Amino acid sequence: MYKVIERKMIVPNLHELTIEAPAVAASVQAGNFVVLRPDDRGERTPLSVADWDREAGTVTSIFMQVGASTAKLAQLQPGDTIPTFSGPLGRETVIDNFGTVLCVGGCYGIGSIYPVARALKRAGNRVCTLVEARSSYLLYWQDRLRQVSDSYFNITRDGTVGVKGHVSALPDIMQEAGLKPDRVIVNGCTFMMMRVSEITRPLGWKTVVNMNPIMIDGTGMCGVCRLSVAGETKFACVDGPDFDGHEVDWREFLARRKSYLPEEVAPLRKSGCGH
Amino acid sequence: MAEKKRRDTVRRSMPKQDDFERRKNFAEVALGYTEELARGEAARCLNCKKAPCVSGCPVNIDIPFFVKAIVDGDFAAGVRQIKKTNALPAICGRVCPQEEQCEIKCVVGRRGSPVAIGRLERYLADWEATQAKIEKPRLARKTGRKVVIVGAGPAGITVANDLCLLGHDVTIYEALHEPGGVLTYGIPEFRLPKAIVNREVKYIESLGAKLVLDFVVGKTRTVDNLLEEFDAMFIATGAGLPWFLGIPGENLNGVYSANEYLTRVNLMKGFLFPDFDTPIKRPANVIVIGGGNVAMDSARTAVRLGADEVHIVYRRGREELPAREEEVENAEEEGVIFDLLTLPVKLVGNEQGWVSGMECLKMELGEPDDSGRRRPVPIEGSEFHMPADAVVVSIGNSPNPLIAATTPGLDIGRKDNISTDDNGRTSRHNIWAAGDVVTGAATVISAMGAARTAAQAMHEYLTNLT
Repeated sequence: MYKVIERKMIVPNLHELTIEAPAVAASVQAGNFVVLRPDDRGERTPLSVADWDREAGTVTSIFMQVGASTAKLAQLQPGDTIPTFSGPLGRETVIDNFGTVLCVGGCYGIGSIYPVARALKRAGNRVCTLVEARSSYLLYWQDRLRQVSDSYFNITRDGTVGVKGHVSALPDIMQEAGLKPDRVIVNGCTFMMMRVSEITRPLGWKTVVNMNPIMIDGTGMCGVCRLSVAGETKFACVDGPDFDGHEVDWREFLARRKSYLPEEVAPLRKSGCGH
Repeated sequence: MAEKKRRDTVRRSMPKQDDFERRKNFAEVALGYTEELARGEAARCLNCKKAPCVSGCPVNIDIPFFVKAIVDGDFAAGVRQIKKTNALPAICGRVCPQEEQCEIKCVVGRRGSPVAIGRLERYLADWEATQAKIEKPRLARKTGRKVVIVGAGPAGITVANDLCLLGHDVTIYEALHEPGGVLTYGIPEFRLPKAIVNREVKYIESLGAKLVLDFVVGKTRTVDNLLEEFDAMFIATGAGLPWFLGIPGENLNGVYSANEYLTRVNLMKGFLFPDFDTPIKRPANVIVIGGGNVAMDSARTAVRLGADEVHIVYRRGREELPAREEEVENAEEEGVIFDLLTLPVKLVGNEQGWVSGMECLKMELGEPDDSGRRRPVPIEGSEFHMPADAVVVSIGNSPNPLIAATTPGLDIGRKDNISTDDNGRTSRHNIWAAGDVVTGAATVISAMGAARTAAQAMHEYLTNLT
C-alpha cells in the first residue's frame, strides 16, 4: 500500500497528487510515468511524473479528472492509501546539452515539463519555457518553471495573461524573443502536442512529444498503447513515451485515444481540453 | 491359475457445466471428479513397476504412488507425494497437456484410454483445499542465503517453493498488482479459477517466501542494484510481449492483442464492468486469429461477453491446431466457429478508425515445413471478406526485453530469450532463468520442470558459497 502525502486541486479539474513510494522516488527521471490504482477495483492509470523528492521518498503527479478512475483519485486525502503505485515506467526524456531548448507545457503537462526543463537547465541548455492554457486561472507552477528557465512565456486563449491565442503563436513568440530552438519538447494533451508538431515541422525544429495513450500494465505486455511512428508500430510504454512528433501518426493516435470515450463518461468534453 | 481381472478400459469422463449454460458465465467449466469417480478411475491404474508415466512428467511426480493412494482413500498421502515435486498440483491438474506427457505413456492407454492422471491430480489438490488444515512439509534449517526471484508466475513460484524448503531466504518481485503471472492475467477464470492461484501463492508465502508486488525489476531497481542485497537471482519474467501480424489495419480500434483482451477480463475483471472500473467492449462479431490455447481462451471469453458470432481464424488445418484437443472441443461446444486454412491479409476499418472486417485468403496444405507440419499455401484468387467489430490477435509472445536491456553481461538469444545452460544458469554467475523467458512461450509445466532444475543448481551454488 502506498500513502497519500498530499492531494489538492491546483486549478479547476487538475489535481496535484503526492505519494510516498521510496523505491520509485529513488530512480525516477524526467519523462517517466507511473501506473497507479486508486483502489482494488480501479483501473491501472498511467500518470506522467511532475516532481519527486528522493530523500523524502515521494513522487508527485498532476492529473486531470476525466473518468471513473481519476474521479476516485481526485477524492484521495492525505493519509489515505492506494494499492498500486508502479514505476518509474517508460524511457526517460533524453537530456543533453542541445543548446537552446523550447519546453512547451499544457494541461497536466505544465507539471510534467517542469522536471524536463530542470534537467535541461542543469545540463547547460538555454531553456525557454512556454505554457499554454485556456485562461489565466488554469495556470499553475509558474514560479517553479521560471526558476529553471532562461525565458518564460504564457499563451492564453482569452488573453487574460501573456499572448492571446494558442500554440500557433509559438513561432512569432520565438522570433520576437530572438530565439531559435535546437529542440522542442512538448508535454500535454494530445491535441496540443499534435498542433505543436504541425507548427514546427515546416520550421525544421526537432520536436519531442511525450505520448499519453491508453495503457493497462505499462510494461510492454498488452500493446494497447501502440502507435505508428515513422510507419512502424511502437509501444509507448516501453519504446517511449517520448517520440519524434514529426513521425507520429496523429490521426491514428487520436482515434485510439478515444476508443473508450463512452466508458470514460462525459466530463472530458467539459474540461476544455481538446484531447 | 488365478482368473485374470477383466481390464476396465473406460476412462471416467469429467462432469462439465452444460454447453449452453456456461456460455453465459465465467465459472469453471470442468467440475472435477467426485470421490466415487476418482476412486473408480484410479482403480484402472496397473501400478506398473517401471511406470513410464513418470518419465513423461516434466517434474517427475510419483504418479503410481498418488493414484494408489486414491484407490486406498488415503488422500493426504497422495497430496504429500505430489507436493514433493510439484508445488502447484491444483493448477497443473487443470492446465497441463497430460495427453502428450504422462498420459500418452500410460500402459492402460495401449488398449483403451489412458488413466486420467491429470484429473486425479486435480482431485487430490481440490480435496486438500477443502481440508481445515493444509499440511506443510518440514523446512530445512535456515541457510542465511538470500535469493531474489523476478516474476511470480509458475516458474518463479516453483523456485520459491523449492528454495524455501531448502532453507533459503526468498523474496519474489512481481511487476503486476497480483501474483500468478500468466495464470492470473492470461488463463481465464472458467479454465483456472483465480481463487486456486491465490491459494497456491498463499501456500508459498506460508513457507516463508516474501512477495513484493508492483515492482518492475529493470525499472524500479535494476538487476545489479538488487544483487547488492541478494546472493543469487532467478529470472522468470515469462513471454509477455505480444506479437502482431504486421498486416495493414492492425492499429485500428477494436483490434487487440490476446494479452490485452485477456488481461482486461482476467486481471482487471473487465467482465464485471462497471463494478470494476476497467472497461471491456462487448462486440457482436469477434474474430480471433491464431490456433493455440490462448486463442481458444480468447474465443471462449468473447462468447461469454455476449458475442453473437465468434470465429477462430487459423492458417493451417484442424490437425495442426497447437491448442489442446480438450480446449478445441470446449470451444466447439460453446459455438465457436473455426475458419481453418484461412490467412488474414488486411484489416479494414470505418471512418472513425474502428475495425469493420478482415480480408482473407483461403489456403491449402503443401509439403511439410521445418516444424514438420504441412506448410499452408495461399490459393490464388480466393480472397474473401469477413465482417468483424473486434479482432483478437493471438499468434504468440516473446520475452519482455526490459531486464535484458538493463542488465549488462546477460546473454540474450536471437528471439530476445535469455540464454542459459542446461541447469538454467545464465552468462552471469549468480543469475539463473527458466520458463518462457528462456524457451519462448511454452507450457506451465515445462516452465516448472526447468525451474526445478534451476532451483537445484542454485541450491548447490548457495551451499558452496563461502
